[in-house]
Amino acid sequence: MSESLQLTRAQRDDLRTIAAMIVPASDEYKVPGADDAAIQADMLATLGRDTKMVTAALDHLARLAGGPLAELDASKRNAAAQEFRKKGGAAAATLVRVVLQCYYRDDRVLRSLGLELRAPFPKGYVLPDGDWSLLDPVKARGGTLRRAP
Amino acid sequence: MKDPVDVLIIGAGASGAAVAWSLAETKMHILCLEQGGWMNPAEYPSTGRDWEARFFGEWSSSPNIRGRPEDYPVNDDNSPIKVVNYNAVGGSTVMYTAHWPRLHPSDFKVKTLDGVADDWPIDYDALTPFFEENDRMMGTSGLSGDPLSPLTHPPMPQQPMGLSGAIVAKAMNKLGWHWWPSDTTVATMDYEGRARCINLGHCTPACAQGAKSSTDITYWPHAVRAGVELRTHCRVREITTDENGMATGVVYYDKDGIEQFQPAHVVIIACNGVGTPRLLLNSKSDRFPNGLANSSGLVGKNLMFHPYAQIYGYVKEPTDSNRAPPTCLWSKEWYDTDLSRGFVRGYGVQFVRGAGPVFEAVVSEQKGILPWGEDHHRVFRKLNGHRLGFSAICEDLPEEHNQVTLDPVLKDSHGIPAPKIDYTISENSRKMMDHALARGREVLEMAGATDICVNSPIPWGGWHLLGTARMGTDPQRSVVNEWGRTHDVKNLFIVDGSIFVTSGGVNPTSTIQALALYIADQMKQRLANLFD
Repeated sequence: MSESLQLTRAQRDDLRTIAAMIVPASDEYKVPGADDAAIQADMLATLGRDTKMVTAALDHLARLAGGPLAELDASKRNAAAQEFRKKGGAAAATLVRVVLQCYYRDDRVLRSLGLELRAPFPKGYVLPDGDWSLLDPVKARGGTLRRAP
Repeated sequence: MKDPVDVLIIGAGASGAAVAWSLAETKMHILCLEQGGWMNPAEYPSTGRDWEARFFGEWSSSPNIRGRPEDYPVNDDNSPIKVVNYNAVGGSTVMYTAHWPRLHPSDFKVKTLDGVADDWPIDYDALTPFFEENDRMMGTSGLSGDPLSPLTHPPMPQQPMGLSGAIVAKAMNKLGWHWWPSDTTVATMDYEGRARCINLGHCTPACAQGAKSSTDITYWPHAVRAGVELRTHCRVREITTDENGMATGVVYYDKDGIEQFQPAHVVIIACNGVGTPRLLLNSKSDRFPNGLANSSGLVGKNLMFHPYAQIYGYVKEPTDSNRAPPTCLWSKEWYDTDLSRGFVRGYGVQFVRGAGPVFEAVVSEQKGILPWGEDHHRVFRKLNGHRLGFSAICEDLPEEHNQVTLDPVLKDSHGIPAPKIDYTISENSRKMMDHALARGREVLEMAGATDICVNSPIPWGGWHLLGTARMGTDPQRSVVNEWGRTHDVKNLFIVDGSIFVTSGGVNPTSTIQALALYIADQMKQRLANLFD
């Protein structure tokens, strides 16, 4: 059984809701929100060693919300989310990190950012050599290495 | 009972590899025991789309987060700086930034020059040929002639300046401050079987291209070809001694977890500033009740980390982001003592090119500069690919209360007591860090940066583990003598960062390896009377 299935339906619902509050969809930038089905599936499939902390974070969130986060009105949902962000500690930080690390490797998001859809290896990147005449003032100024007796 | 070996080296990292290679020419039977295994570059993070996410898990620089069987846990709750390392053939050279400054000549005479800490029992000149030899073996790139650094002769040209380097250079020139392209162990051309750098991104968690030098691909192939035996997944529990106080060998757990005894005529420890004192303290006996080689009481004391003061911001122009090695330029503007600054000693600076999108998002959210909700996308586009960083490596002075001891509860996967760290940042270091942050802010503001953030210290910045088995001529004030032999056990040597007397203000690996080669050379010169 994959570890992601250790999240209950209610926890998965809350994860989807809080993810959309962190990164909502944007027409302007033509990107999905972090509640997008493919991004959510990536989160659940790759929770792995973070499962325990994310579960703890979602339990904390459920306590703050007093029920399913999605069913709260906007002001109460925002208040719960703010409290969670402010006082959720390491567990909340882990949840947010899981959301962001899956969001910022999604093809649609990377495309919107102008980034290539690939691993760094084996193609790598090209780096401009730069203008080494910038070093001329440093050379002209010189200096002395502190002497040791 | 296994046959005894002539020389047994514990640890296959930076210093263990160097000493093994150097001693191999003696044709002695040399065995190295390493708790980790050989690395497989095909599995390195940059080969996958999830490369950044892996830094937070099995490729974390923290052994406590990685939690692999090869790693030993470290109780660093009582330290604002957490230990980071890597355990494998290659050790922490598998996971480092490849920044390659040397200690300066003045770093060896701190007491004489500045009246603090202690002088080393050797000077820079004693290490010069070994620095040069090590640079050839590790394969360095750089530009010779930095007026404020020791003279080096890198066999490869410096890394490209890139977008980030040019921004830094212009800002530093406007301020009239020193900068220079860093010496690094990143190959900028094909070198000794290593392919040149293709800018995979952050080099720290291992280089799939093999352009970044680590001892598994530099020293070890040569050492193994020369006859050194390297036994992996073997964790040493203790060093044993006889009734004459000489080391007789080690007890270790093999890859199947079976306890073994390996006799040896000479034992060399190369486990660095936390692993080495841990092993010595775990090797207590009736004859050595306070731990091996610890008659001075200084084993584990004087831990020096190099507190990092980091400041970064975001410029309007694009920076190199993750599309380049992380470091490119250094500055020695504030390296030497100037008491008008309010502290003694100084710091080196390494400029940081940028970060990848996941790292940027996660860290900026934690810093509170990347909002949740509607404005997230606009702000992220302002931050991502625009980061520029200034990291000061502040010289930590030795203080006995900063120490490595054995944790009474925590143990590794073989049940061996784990190390415990007690460490505080001194008032002198704090002043130095504040000074560095102020200078860094000036540089960033000159470059037009906004949204400036600070990490002081970098919490997971305990890369440099120094001073816990210090070198000296006085057996009451040091653990090893001026050529690396322990004062108490005449066939036991230490060759890693634990023998540093002071830390300097630069990354130490170059100096650690030069020391290891120097000690190996001393051993070779004294083979006929090594135990006298």
